[in-house]
Amino acid sequence: MPFGLAEVDSRLPGGGLALGALHEVAGGDNDAIDGAAATLFTAGIAARTKGKVLWCITRPDLFAPALSQVGLKSNRVIYLEGGDEKTVLACCEEGLRHGGLGAVVAEVARLPMSVSRRLQLSAEGSGTIGIALRRWCRQTGVSDFGQPTAAVTRWHISALPSTPLPVPGVGRPRWLVELIRCRAGESAAFELESCDDTGHLGLPADLVHRPGQAEDGRCSASV
Amino acid sequence: MLAADTTAQAAGLCVGMPVSKAQALMPGLVIQGADPTADMAALERLALWALQHFAPIAAPDPPDGIVIDSIGTDHLHGGETTMLTTLVGRLAGAGLHARAAIADNWGAAHALARFAEKPCFISKPGNAAADVAPLPITALRFVPELVASLHVLGFECVGELLAQPRAPLTLRFGPELGRRLDQAAGRIAEPIKPIRPKELIEVRRDFAEPIGAAETIARFIGKLAGQLCDALELKGLGARQLDLICHRVDNRAQAVRVGTGQPLRDVKRVTRLLSDKIETIDPGFGIEVMTLAASIAEPLNPKQTVSSLVEEPQPDVSDLIDLLVNRVGEKNLYRIAPVASDVPERSVRHVPALAPETGAEWPGHWPRPSRLFGHPEPIEIIALLPDHPPIFFTWRGVRRRVKRADGPERIYGEWWKRDPELAAVRDYFQIEDEAGERFWVFRAGDGEDPRTGSQRWFLHGIFG
Repeated sequence: MPFGLAEVDSRLPGGGLALGALHEVAGGDNDAIDGAAATLFTAGIAARTKGKVLWCITRPDLFAPALSQVGLKSNRVIYLEGGDEKTVLACCEEGLRHGGLGAVVAEVARLPMSVSRRLQLSAEGSGTIGIALRRWCRQTGVSDFGQPTAAVTRWHISALPSTPLPVPGVGRPRWLVELIRCRAGESAAFELESCDDTGHLGLPADLVHRPGQAEDGRCSASV
Repeated sequence: MLAADTTAQAAGLCVGMPVSKAQALMPGLVIQGADPTADMAALERLALWALQHFAPIAAPDPPDGIVIDSIGTDHLHGGETTMLTTLVGRLAGAGLHARAAIADNWGAAHALARFAEKPCFISKPGNAAADVAPLPITALRFVPELVASLHVLGFECVGELLAQPRAPLTLRFGPELGRRLDQAAGRIAEPIKPIRPKELIEVRRDFAEPIGAAETIARFIGKLAGQLCDALELKGLGARQLDLICHRVDNRAQAVRVGTGQPLRDVKRVTRLLSDKIETIDPGFGIEVMTLAASIAEPLNPKQTVSSLVEEPQPDVSDLIDLLVNRVGEKNLYRIAPVASDVPERSVRHVPALAPETGAEWPGHWPRPSRLFGHPEPIEIIALLPDHPPIFFTWRGVRRRVKRADGPERIYGEWWKRDPELAAVRDYFQIEDEAGERFWVFRAGDGEDPRTGSQRWFLHGIFG
């Protein structure tokens, strides 16, 4: 499933995100606990699939109108609140094995290698895209992201200052999207604009157009 | 007088009083003959209701109670206490005053439900004999002549009987006394025969040799499911709730209950739903009989499926949803639907996963954060009043400088919901700090008028 951006798709084997596979997404330094940007990145990917989406959570702090604003409409998402991560991962595997869903998202902190291998095999068998959205309770658990898993790609999403506007205000948010690990590919980092209302990421204007336009001296602080 | 409720007892009437005396105590009393068959029929209807809504094994316990075997089903209702209070509450809603008790065995539960001080009594596992000891001996379901003889001898409570050596009592009164005492103490099994109305579809399998292995159980579940689906098809019904009861060699039963969102008649799906729960069955020394009943069945008519030549059929996920609902519980699998409310935490509600889709969405003018805290966290800020966003703010001990901000978005309180919200407003701002992190903060109040709120600032969510 291509991202629609040549710069990103050229780095991924097959020209896009592999459909019948498990991918991992995590937030950057401060985002590791809340995972807000990673959630929107995942929702943008899920919005571009067809069919229902199963989103398995342990903590009910997801705000659905935000997902709707990136294109993942409310009648497509089925939320599953599992009491512990074992239930969440087991239900995620059932969802991947079923084959009738468009995407399966699991919010977990720990993803052991054996479990990730089972999820990858179920995703390959049914052709559904599986996304493990990693978020932790405390900053100390973040080192767990270094452990190897069987995911095909691993992404790290951090928040960057938004697109500068000529008037005071917050422009389109920007993210530092790092592809940390990619099977049969190299890692890379991109600075991208966040998902629009169809779930597509954008390229920042000052990378698309040469930075020849003079910046206004006005700084966009809010006072 | 056969029964008296609290109002009657307050007026001085009691069970066993002659009618003439009751009429003298309460002038204007309406007299009706007792109808034990109608009472028994009503009790059976109540037992059937308990069967359908509470546990797979429920039976009437004449003359005035029902007995339910809650093994394996109390976690579905949120625990034993919640299950009892729900049961008593729902009966109270129907106008019936009820008392309930949970104990290790039928005899102890029967005694505690009728004679314990608390209307909902929960006896700890293994403690049945100790809990039954202070109760009067009428609690043990003896015939009245036996009770009278025991009173003559000076026995008043069950503990005294339990402490006596058994042989002289049996010699004098017969085996019935010993049987009831052993049933109350849990030494003899007393299996409950679940109520089975005639139209309930049930299939049964007896085994010559008791079985215990998981694969054997799974195989026979498949065969029973096939028989049940054939029986359902004959009547044009689909099952909404299935009960599998395994009767063990030691006269105890293990029950498994699965529910489905839509009426179901498909053998593979029924087998899959039941096989998912095989780990919860404890075969003990072996299972002798397995019965599968469709405790709730609804008409299921054949539907015409959309041909793929006309339009792309939507993949059917209802079997996956049934499987997941039976694993995590009905409340934990939902979709989120919009509610027409400006207040963010009230603008979402949970609907069942298979509810029809309305296509309604939230109005999208203002951006919304992807993570919303359950309780907004107080922050300290420096801002110009009345409608400027903050310049600095401190959250969880970290001070941040605000570089960009948007807002205010004014959200008025819903005065029709709560009185304090009559004048309350919240001014929401989307702010971005120097590192690029974006937050959703609000001020409780409009900055000028103290009636609109406490003018304190809170952090409500984090943007991506």
